[in-house]
Amino acid sequence: MVGTNTAFDSAVIRRDFPLLAKEIDGKPLVYLDSANTSQKPNIVIDTMAKFMRESYAPINRSAYTLAANATELFENARNAVAKFINSNNSREIIFTKNATEALNLIVNSWGRANLQRGDVVLLTHMEHHANIVPWQMLQQERGIELRWVPLTSDFQLDLSSLESLLTGVKVFSFTSMSNVLGTINPVEKLCAAAHAAGALAIVDACQSVPHAPTDVQAWGADFAMFSSHKMCGPSGLGVLWGREEILQAMPPYLGGGNMISEVRLDGFTCAELPAKFEAGTPAIAEVVGLGAAVEYLSSVGMANIRQHEIATSSYVLEMLTSRFGDDITIHGPRNPELRGATFSFAFRGIHPHDLSQVLDQSNVCVRAGHHCAKPLMKIIGANATARASFYLYNTTADADALADALDSASDIF
Amino acid sequence: MPGIEDLYREIILDHYRTPRNRGELPPPAVSCEGNNPLCGDDICIYLDVADGVVRDVKFSGQGCSISQSSTSMMTVAVKGKTVAEVQAFVRRFKHMMTLTEGDDEVDQSINLGDIEALQGVVKFPVRIKCATLGWNTLLEALKETQN
Repeated sequence: MVGTNTAFDSAVIRRDFPLLAKEIDGKPLVYLDSANTSQKPNIVIDTMAKFMRESYAPINRSAYTLAANATELFENARNAVAKFINSNNSREIIFTKNATEALNLIVNSWGRANLQRGDVVLLTHMEHHANIVPWQMLQQERGIELRWVPLTSDFQLDLSSLESLLTGVKVFSFTSMSNVLGTINPVEKLCAAAHAAGALAIVDACQSVPHAPTDVQAWGADFAMFSSHKMCGPSGLGVLWGREEILQAMPPYLGGGNMISEVRLDGFTCAELPAKFEAGTPAIAEVVGLGAAVEYLSSVGMANIRQHEIATSSYVLEMLTSRFGDDITIHGPRNPELRGATFSFAFRGIHPHDLSQVLDQSNVCVRAGHHCAKPLMKIIGANATARASFYLYNTTADADALADALDSASDIF
Repeated sequence: MPGIEDLYREIILDHYRTPRNRGELPPPAVSCEGNNPLCGDDICIYLDVADGVVRDVKFSGQGCSISQSSTSMMTVAVKGKTVAEVQAFVRRFKHMMTLTEGDDEVDQSINLGDIEALQGVVKFPVRIKCATLGWNTLLEALKETQN
């Protein structure tokens, strides 16, 4: 495990991730798909295996020592997650199946209780389908209105008309960082603008929480959600953070075991937070694994990770531009301070599917497609893009390997 | 890992670089759209059938080399065939792409010609949907002509 030193070295960090040492056909793996899902460090793998070997038991519902200890480990992880994003307390941390379920929870619980025909929800043109489709489902059911913040020509949110767009809005739900463009949005400013208009502020934080320090209280947000699997934790687990008084006032979403304090033949009473929104047996070992992931990321230092990714962005932008000039088009901001290290690009007219196939011959793993953001793809005028996304364990050698592999793609097409 | 040369055979790249029958047909030709939700590729097939014979076929849309070349080769192959011949031809193709169960309805004597080059795609399972996109859209268009 990496100590709390500030001498950040991704070449050392990557030794914590066993899969990154893997070779295919004698060539090293170049994993550039962390915006999709991240690789796992030994500490997460070992913590989960140790938990299942030595401590596994049901949580919250049995009196024996083994179960009490498992519950404590589970709740320790919740506390670690709360601290990681500077939540006011751990009752505000709800574990869900994934971040998509967290958004569906808000729309179905808060949305159905508070939004009627004609009410307005403001979204942006750079949202993931998970922050579009649940609202559209409510739109079909309730006849709510959806409004959109457009983009500027340099791939930022166009905030010039934000005040008028927010007029009469009940909810402003936006991403903290685009999974396609890499654009980092001014979350504090957007939350403040939402509140000034009397709207709720929801932050889809999936792309930023793994990569930069997060302080939900400083953001001034009402809700935020993110996924475990993008931040070195296991898949099958998402986190919903919400302000306690709002969560208190919301009706439950899924009904069943664990979320009740009383069930009678003529009705039920909800459990206290966070159990109220955690029906059924949760992903127990996964939560414990996520606890290990946030401890790991904290020990590396989120500010260090952010600095590393700014440096990575500078390197990638300069290197790709100097090697390929106009042959490469990067759909996203040029300023490394305003973006994460996620690069969607078009290259010499080669279709992204063909590109990723050829890159795979060099074990370079990139995503090709619409990245679950079809409205955005249409706006930037691409059916699909290739996307290379970097994380704490990626080095400049990975970026160079990407460029070398791109060269080889030109030889075929 | 299978070699990339199995996928990008010269005849495939030729049809990708110089697609045949690209364009549109006005009504009364039918048009049908198909898309691959996984990657966002879309293809539109225009089909002119008269007296049970494919008089003309064209295609438009965006996609990768495999979907574009496969559709291009398909249009060349089906033009002038009867509807029944086209259906048997599509079955033969999809069987090659290991998408149809059993051999009962597949006429193995049908010669796929250049289209055999697409057999290499089977080694790259993720791309089979690319290769069959145009063909499935053609079947939908055929249904439209029969309505």
